[in-house]
Amino acid sequence: MKFPISFILGFLLSLFFLAITVISFFWVPYDVETLNITNRLMEPSFENLLGTDHFGRDIFSMIMIGGQTSLSVALIAVGLGLFFGVPLGLISASWRGSLLDDIIMRGNDLIFAFPSLVIAILITAVFGPSALNAILAIGIFNIPVFARVTRGAAISIWTLAFISSARIAGKGSFRISLEHILPNILNLLIVQGSIQFSLGILAEAGLSYVGLGVQPPTPSWGRMLADSQTMISFAPNLALFPGITIILAVLGLNLLGDGTRDLIDPRLKDKIK
Amino acid sequence: MKILKPLFAIIITLMWMSPLYAEKNSVVIGMQLEPPNLDPTGGAAAAIDEVVYSNVYEGLTRFRADGSVTPGLAKSWTISDDGLVYTFQLQENVKFHNGSDFDASDVKFSIDRARDENSTNAQKGLFKGISSVDVVNSSVIKITLSNPNGGFIRNLAWGDAIILDPDTANSAASEPNGTGPFKFSKWVKGDRVELVKNNDYWGEAISLEKASFKFISDPTAAFAALMAGDVDAFPVYPAPETLAQFEADPNFNVIVGSTEGETILSTNNKSEKLKDVRVRKAIAHAINRQAIVDGAMFGFGTPIGTHFAPHHPDYIDLTSQSNYDPEKSKSLLLEAGVSDGLNLSLKLPPPSYARRGGEIIASQLREVGIETKIENLEWAQWLEQVFKGKDYDLTIVSHTEPMDIGIYGNPSYYFQYDSQEFRNLMDALNLETNDQERSRILKNAQKLIADDYVNGYLFQLAKTGVANSKLVGLWKNSPTQANDLTGVSWSN
Repeated sequence: MKFPISFILGFLLSLFFLAITVISFFWVPYDVETLNITNRLMEPSFENLLGTDHFGRDIFSMIMIGGQTSLSVALIAVGLGLFFGVPLGLISASWRGSLLDDIIMRGNDLIFAFPSLVIAILITAVFGPSALNAILAIGIFNIPVFARVTRGAAISIWTLAFISSARIAGKGSFRISLEHILPNILNLLIVQGSIQFSLGILAEAGLSYVGLGVQPPTPSWGRMLADSQTMISFAPNLALFPGITIILAVLGLNLLGDGTRDLIDPRLKDKIK
Repeated sequence: MKILKPLFAIIITLMWMSPLYAEKNSVVIGMQLEPPNLDPTGGAAAAIDEVVYSNVYEGLTRFRADGSVTPGLAKSWTISDDGLVYTFQLQENVKFHNGSDFDASDVKFSIDRARDENSTNAQKGLFKGISSVDVVNSSVIKITLSNPNGGFIRNLAWGDAIILDPDTANSAASEPNGTGPFKFSKWVKGDRVELVKNNDYWGEAISLEKASFKFISDPTAAFAALMAGDVDAFPVYPAPETLAQFEADPNFNVIVGSTEGETILSTNNKSEKLKDVRVRKAIAHAINRQAIVDGAMFGFGTPIGTHFAPHHPDYIDLTSQSNYDPEKSKSLLLEAGVSDGLNLSLKLPPPSYARRGGEIIASQLREVGIETKIENLEWAQWLEQVFKGKDYDLTIVSHTEPMDIGIYGNPSYYFQYDSQEFRNLMDALNLETNDQERSRILKNAQKLIADDYVNGYLFQLAKTGVANSKLVGLWKNSPTQANDLTGVSWSN
């Protein structure tokens, strides 16, 4: 089997960011919670690979630890979306055209129409700003995405002959959804999941940028950008590196998602060969 | 026909160059916050005075750039021997911007309005000792105090004591009508306030025809607006980190002066965890002020050890009483019995001194074993939760009012310092007219709040302004919250 180039590139980028994030749990070059003002605004060097910020913290270490926030928030948010969105989509598909279907899908439209930023502000007003706030806001936004994808794909499977066979064999909607529909749309969900994951990273960075995500001193890519924007004219590395990090992480996951789809989509298989 | 082409060229060049020859007579001043209204007698926001003080409105006396108080609408005054009766001789031929005449009855109206029981004046304390205001004749007014007050003339210079026209006082918030050298022209909400020259001004003529105040809250946008020439000056420039760049640029002047802003780590003295003075003392010794000045303000600011401006003659330097000594801090915590760690909330308003200073303080407190939970708040939330609700342990804020040590006498003020001894000092101060004695009391008051470690005293906010290098006459220091444009002009 030949891997498409987008898959290889996406896989390597994703692996890289996953690796530095996992490593950061055990080791980082410098402690980022201790500020060293005298060492501030250093240019990139061998001691500080990407330089230091306005508090003298090592930027590379901050990006590593910031990955923990970004990846965990995005992961849990996608998990939330899958956990609630997929069952809703399956239910809608198996009772397609019914009142229940309408209620579920119009409810999804309602959530979909709400910008995640507004949801985040709403949650902040109630619980105060935190990582949980970001997770909930992004997670809620993910539910209708997965519900729609699931419903659309499931409906097309429901019309196939083997589903009728299963029906004749006496299986109910619940078992058919679980045993026949779900396995057949899994590849689609994986692709959608990796794309939502990259959007989750972007959304987390956006929420942190406006101050609604994790609070200092926990580093986060979005807040690193916000903190350094007034210094961009004389210390561009402060904003440049977290910015590049966000771009590459999002790009990597998108390529991985696209590549995976190319790899597992039977209709595209012949072309790749 | 051949001549037409070069002729056109010359005409077009002249047209293009003509604005360069025209003398520039307008100015655009940048401000970070937009005022909620334009009535200095009806709001506490510094931004109100920063637009209208001595530009649109004037009081009986006024602050000058060096902090001295000089006559304003009052030409001169005499004080009775017992220090109770002040007789003011008013300026004559003064008109409000709407054309009505200014006289003693307007003064009586304005001061009675400010000291009224139902007045919404933010600084009612300024008028507390007044027992009556009497019109002697149209140009003489007599103010009688119940007790001598050595600071009374100074009190009248505040923006909260400006003189209004009785007929338009109710619309002062949106359409200011004063006696100053500038008339209010228009207010584009969310963007700018425009003032134009008052040609009928009674005092010394000003050189500007027009002045605009442009509100730019984002520090990055403020930097860009200055660089692009969209604003001519930003007297309180919000991004100290970029000042070095302006300093290196010959087109700009960086004006570094002093302000009345004591930046403090406000401490909720009624909080369960912080009511023990040893804990507050431990926090004070855990703080490295210089690191905060360098890290949050890029070196602009003077460390303070009490709630008093270092440029004031009565200031005493008490920074050594709370010097940076983490070991001492740890042993104090041990002594207070909180060795098993302390968890405090640290709620930070938007200015960069608070946001950055907060991160630095959190890191310094962690060194001695105090954990803080940082919460970044918007101003509205901060006012609601911290200032009004008193739901916090620590916060960072700059108190920019001049001579505001009196706030420690109010036990329901947000840091909830409750000391009868301090209140006695303030009562004595208000009655004292002898300068030496006043100075002694003020020093004792500074010492007392430092001894009680009421708050963590960080640094005096520097006034870091940036202006076009051709613009002259802006205030260097901030003896009061103002952008006095009466002496501002363009040099060639």
